[in-house]
Amino acid sequence: MNPRIYSPQPIGRGVSRRGFFDSSGQVFLSAGAVALLAGCAGNAATPMSSSSAQNDVAILNVALGLEHEAIAAYQLGAESKLLEKPVLDVAVLFQTHHKEHRDALAATVRKLGGRPVEPKTMNDYATALNASAIKSQGDILKLAARLERGAANAYLGVIPSFKDAELAKVAGRLAADETMHWTALAGALKENLPAKALSFAA
Amino acid sequence: MRLLLILAAFIAAGPTAFAADANRGAELYEARCEGCHSLDANRVGPKHRGVFGRKVGSVPDFGYSNAVRNSPVIWDETTLDRWLTNPQAFIAGARMGFRVSEAVDRADLIAYLRRESGK
Repeated sequence: MNPRIYSPQPIGRGVSRRGFFDSSGQVFLSAGAVALLAGCAGNAATPMSSSSAQNDVAILNVALGLEHEAIAAYQLGAESKLLEKPVLDVAVLFQTHHKEHRDALAATVRKLGGRPVEPKTMNDYATALNASAIKSQGDILKLAARLERGAANAYLGVIPSFKDAELAKVAGRLAADETMHWTALAGALKENLPAKALSFAA
Repeated sequence: MRLLLILAAFIAAGPTAFAADANRGAELYEARCEGCHSLDANRVGPKHRGVFGRKVGSVPDFGYSNAVRNSPVIWDETTLDRWLTNPQAFIAGARMGFRVSEAVDRADLIAYLRRESGK
C-alpha cells in the first residue's frame, strides 16, 4: 500500500470509531479520516452528527463498490489477451490507481466505524458488464472509457452530499483521476474531446 | 387572471410539466448514471428497466439498505424527482448520495426511465 495514500497512524483527535464520539453525541471525522484519503496530516476536526457521518460512510461505500467494479473490468481486459502493449501497460497502471482508491476508501470506511463493502465475484462482474460481447481491444477500451466517464461523473455528483467538506474535496480528487483515465482512453480510441467546456456532470 | 390560471396549472402538473426529452435523457443516463447503474444488470446500484411504477427497493436480487428496502414509496415522476434531487434527504439512510441538480436534467432522465419501463 502506498504510504502517501494510507497512513496507519492515528492523526489528530484519533480515528477510532469510539474516538469520534464525544459526550454530546457529535462525531469528529475530519482529521484522521481525511488524512487517510488525502495523504496528509490534519489537525482540525469538524463536528458532525452521527447521522451525517453515517451518510458520508454510505457514500464512501458506494464509491468503494465503484472501485471494485473498475478493478474487475481492467482484470477482465487484461485476462482477455486482447490488449497489446503499450495499451496493456496503461490498463495495468489504471487498475493500480483504482486499487489505491479502493484501499484508501476501505481504510477510511473502516476507520469511521463502517464495514467496507466486499467485491462481487469475477463472474458477477463479467455478467453485469456483458464481458461476453467483448471481441477486440477496441471493445475493452470503449467499456473502460464508459466506466471511467461514469465514475468521474459519479464522484462529481456526490460532492454536494458529503457533510464533511474534506471528503467532498477527496471526491473531487478521485473524479480528477477518473477524468485523466477517460481522457487517455478517448485518445487511444481517437475520439474527439468535448467541444464545450464543463462537459462533465452535465 | 388567465396568466395566473396557466401558472397554477403548470405548478399543479408537477416537476416535469415542461416537455421532457427522453432522448436527451438517454444521453444523460449514459454519461451520468452508467457509472453505477445499467438498465438490465445489477451493478453498484440496481437495474433500472421497469423502475417506473415499481416499489422502492424491490429488485429481488439486489442488496439494498434497510432504509430503502423498507420504504413504501412507489417510483413515479414526483418521487423520482425528489430522489434525484437529494436521495439521502428523501429516504433517510439511503446509500446513494448522487444528486442531479438541474430540474430539466431530472425531468429528461425520468422521461427516459419511464420510456424504458414501458410506461
